[in-house]
Amino acid sequence: MTPRPGREEDPDRLYTLTSGRSRPVSDAFDLVTLVVAECDPVPGMQSEHAAILRICRRPTAVVELAADLGLPVGITQVLLCDLLDTGRISARHPRTVRTAAQLPDPEILEQVLVGLRNL
Amino acid sequence: MDYATSDPGLVPGPPGPRAPLDASADNGLKIVITGGFGVGKTTMVRSVSEIRPLNTEETMTQAGAAVDDLAGVGTKSSTTVAFDFGRISVNARTVLYLFGAPGQERFWFLWDRLFSGTLGAVVLVDTRRLDDSWYAIDRLEHHGTPFVVARNDFGGPKHSEEQVRDALSLADGVPLVDCDARSRQSSKDVLITLVQHLQTLSAAHPRAREMTAP
Ligand SMILES: Nc1nc2c(ncn2[C@@H]2O[C@H](COP(=O)(O)OP(=O)(O)O)[C@@H](O)[C@H]2O)c(=O)[nH]1
Ligand SMILES: [Mg+2]
Repeated sequence: MTPRPGREEDPDRLYTLTSGRSRPVSDAFDLVTLVVAECDPVPGMQSEHAAILRICRRPTAVVELAADLGLPVGITQVLLCDLLDTGRISARHPRTVRTAAQLPDPEILEQVLVGLRNL
Repeated sequence: MDYATSDPGLVPGPPGPRAPLDASADNGLKIVITGGFGVGKTTMVRSVSEIRPLNTEETMTQAGAAVDDLAGVGTKSSTTVAFDFGRISVNARTVLYLFGAPGQERFWFLWDRLFSGTLGAVVLVDTRRLDDSWYAIDRLEHHGTPFVVARNDFGGPKHSEEQVRDALSLADGVPLVDCDARSRQSSKDVLITLVQHLQTLSAAHPRAREMTAP
C-alpha cells in the first residue's frame, strides 16, 4: 500500500508552509465550502498555493482540497485564507445553516430527496 | 485503517480520476455516517458515492481546539482524527458530501469544528456491539443533530426492533431501519429515510426564522 502523499510530511515543513501562523482558527471556510480560483498560478508562487489554484479551476470543496494536498484540514484552511485575502480565490459557502433551533430549508431537503432517488 | 479497500466483497468505487463538480456548483451539504470501528461507515460511503472515497484528517489540541499550525503536532498535546468522505451531486448547484466519521470519544471534540451545519447523521449499529453506538447517539442528541439508526446484519443474534430500541434508549420519533452497507440500494434507502425524517421534523417545528418574522 502506498502511503498517502503528505502523510509522512515533516511537521517543520508544514509549519513553514503556513509561515508559523497560529491565528485563531478561521470560520471563513467550512469543510464543504466550494472554492473557485480567480486566477492562474504564477511562477514562483508557493507550490501549495499553485496546486490549489490548479485544482480549483472547477469548484472544489475544502475537504477535497485537503485530501488532494495530503494536508490536515486546518492547514488547508490557512492556505485558503492567504489566497482569499489576496483575491486569488472566491468561496461559495454552504447556504443551509442548521442549528438546534433551525432545521434545513424544506426546498433543499426536497432537492436532496430527488437527487437520492435518482441515484 | 484502509484494510477495507482490499475486501473483495466491497462495491468498487468509480474508476479513474474523479469528475470535477459542475461549474455552477455553489451549495455544499453534509451528512455524517458514524458508529463504532468496522461497522460499515466506509462501506456505506463507498456504496453511494460518485467518487472513490477520499480521506483526510484534522488535528486538535488536547484542549479541543483544532490547530492551524503544526507547532504542536507530534507532541503529546495534539491528536489526529482521520475521516473519509464521498460525494453525491444532487443537481447542478447542490452537492452532498457524506462523511464516514469514527464514533469514539476523541472524535467528538472536533464535531463543532468539522460538522456544524450537518443536515443529519446515520448511526450504523452492529447489534453484537451495541455499546459502540451509545456514545455516538448520546453526542448527537447533545449537539441537537437529527439522526436515524441503521442496523447492519453481521450474522449476530436476531433482536426485535423493540429490543434494539430499548437497548439504545431510542426516542420514539427516531427511525430505526435494517441495512446492508455493501448494497447501494440499501444505503440509498437509509439516506432517504434520514432526509424524510428531516422533513418530518421540519414540518413539526416550523423554522425559527419563520416563527420570529414580524
Ligand atoms: N455483513 C455485512 N458486512 C458489512 C456491512 N457493512 C460493512 N461490512 C463489512 O464490514 C467490514 C468493515 O467495514 P468498514 O466499512 O471498513 O467499517 P468502518 O470501520 O465503519 O469504516 C468490511 O469487511 C465490510 O465489507 C453490512 O452491512 N453487512
Ligand atoms: Mg472506515
